[in-house]
Amino acid sequence: MATKETSGTTSPPIVELSGVGKSYGNIRALHGVDLTVSPGQVSCVLGDNGAGKSTLIKIISGLHQHSEGEFRIDGEPVRLGSPRDALDRGIATVYQDLATVPLMPVWRNFFLGSELTRGRWPLRRLDIALMKKTADEELRNMGIVLDDLEQPIGSLSGGQRQSVAIARAVHFGARVLILDEPTAALGVKQSGVVLKYIAAARERGLGVIFITHNPHHAYMVGDHFTVLRLGTLELSAARAEVGLEELTHHMAGGAELAALKHELAQVRGVDTDELPSASLGAQ
Amino acid sequence: MTMTQQAASAADAQSAPVPPSTDGRTAQRSPARRLLARPEVGVAVGAIAVFLFFFAVAPTFRQADSMATVLYQASTIGIMALPVALLMIGGEFDLSAGVGVVSSALTASMISYQLTQDVWVGVVVALVFSLAVGAFNGYLLVKTGLPSFLVTLGTFLMLQGLNLAVTKLITGNVATDSISDMNGFNQAKAVFSSDITIAGVSVKITVLWWLVFAALATWVLLRTKYGNWVFAVGGNKESARAVGVPVTFTKITLFMAVGFGAWFVGMHQLFAFDTVQSGEGVGNELLYIAAAVIGGCLLTGGYGSAIGTVIGAFMFGMVTQGIVYADWNPDWFKLFLGVMLLGATLINLWIRRQATRK
Repeated sequence: MATKETSGTTSPPIVELSGVGKSYGNIRALHGVDLTVSPGQVSCVLGDNGAGKSTLIKIISGLHQHSEGEFRIDGEPVRLGSPRDALDRGIATVYQDLATVPLMPVWRNFFLGSELTRGRWPLRRLDIALMKKTADEELRNMGIVLDDLEQPIGSLSGGQRQSVAIARAVHFGARVLILDEPTAALGVKQSGVVLKYIAAARERGLGVIFITHNPHHAYMVGDHFTVLRLGTLELSAARAEVGLEELTHHMAGGAELAALKHELAQVRGVDTDELPSASLGAQ
Repeated sequence: MTMTQQAASAADAQSAPVPPSTDGRTAQRSPARRLLARPEVGVAVGAIAVFLFFFAVAPTFRQADSMATVLYQASTIGIMALPVALLMIGGEFDLSAGVGVVSSALTASMISYQLTQDVWVGVVVALVFSLAVGAFNGYLLVKTGLPSFLVTLGTFLMLQGLNLAVTKLITGNVATDSISDMNGFNQAKAVFSSDITIAGVSVKITVLWWLVFAALATWVLLRTKYGNWVFAVGGNKESARAVGVPVTFTKITLFMAVGFGAWFVGMHQLFAFDTVQSGEGVGNELLYIAAAVIGGCLLTGGYGSAIGTVIGAFMFGMVTQGIVYADWNPDWFKLFLGVMLLGATLINLWIRRQATRK
């Protein structure tokens, strides 16, 4: 697979975290995490359940505040008070379930909360024609072609719905997109659709933070990989420095994977020779 | 018909030599299927069936005067059913709507009679009172996060108690004193309860108000930001909040709209009968909800229409009066209503499945 070199290394990063941590009371959910996101770069955050991915996203998207380290946007240290704060600085989060209202038409969903109107109050009304046209153009720019913008968004497939949410975030001025497990509930083909739009967003010069626990999905689009384990950095590497197998290995945790392989070897019918090598990460 | 379709498709093929860049997987939904996707189609079909039925079995039903009575009957339910439907689309119920009507009428009547000599003072105070009850419902709902069923059940019981107790305390009776000789009575009656003649048929003015409110509700629902928010807070509250819809504002104002409806119908009752019976109104809240559901509103919120609710209330009026015109025992009315409600719900369910099928 050819590695796509982007301009990410030259332009200054939008989001920069250094040594960021978060404690809830005496529970240290996250500590010592470094992460940078530049325009036109897909930064993947991987980790098993409980690794601290959600905490990290919540800090960047403004839902929680970090309790240690430094969080900079455009080089300026910040503490975000709310998701609105993050949005105003161009950081948009697309949650897996929190994206759309299923029974509403696609174009209404696209502009929900930021509707375009015309006329003066009390006759101020939705500018339906303009909204439909804009939504259609934005979706086409992302490579999403829908036949009927009037269809309820719930009738779209999971991947398409996710893509509409991404296109919406891009339209409303996002510079950094945070995608929280966008492929988790999707099938193989649908995941492919979403990955395509992640690539499209990168082509348009956006920084993308792609949270996933699927190293295969991450490796298809990622420029930089951050693996979290037990609340801290397990791995932080550019694409050139790391292979898929190593990524998978780090993700599962070397020792645990070896133990799992050993256990599987006891079960008849599992061919452990076909599994990724457990010794690779130790090299 | 097939000829015209062929001609149309031929014209399409000629005018668009460059294939439109469509997805290719989803076929354009046929106009018939799109029509079926409208919330009010099911109830419209049902209303036509009920109309034809009573038209056939009850000769009196065919007269224009009878239709005026049916419309009047429908309008008293229909005016309230409209805000109740909007609220339901917004994902909530208001069980206090039925007694709220009587509370408003009692407030206007007693304030006017006891404190002033002008009915308009009572009318304005009643409006403030009804809006406040709505705001109270909405505020409590938003702040506590309790289901609206519980919150408004509480308000329902409180208002019911207040209606009886305060009326007895002040008038010493279960009904208020007649206000028909007070200043402004005739003006107010002209607004809320007069008769107008359309093409030789005397029609209650509430019918006109009903249609005006229905047009307004439709416009707000489909053509304004606020309408978009109503669908959104009912369809998926969390998503709506996440994209910046003012959920609290939308819910509270929806409850206040129900308060406004209760005030209007309450004023109609007051100026139609001069006095108010304090024990009335109980059970009507379910009729409003029934009209909204028959009209295609989804009980769980996020889907429905004002037009459908109008037709739902009209169907209700037809059955109420149709039974009388057909010389049947009116005791059967509630049975009919129940059958209608179930039937409409099943038809709606079926149609929605057909329409949203890909």
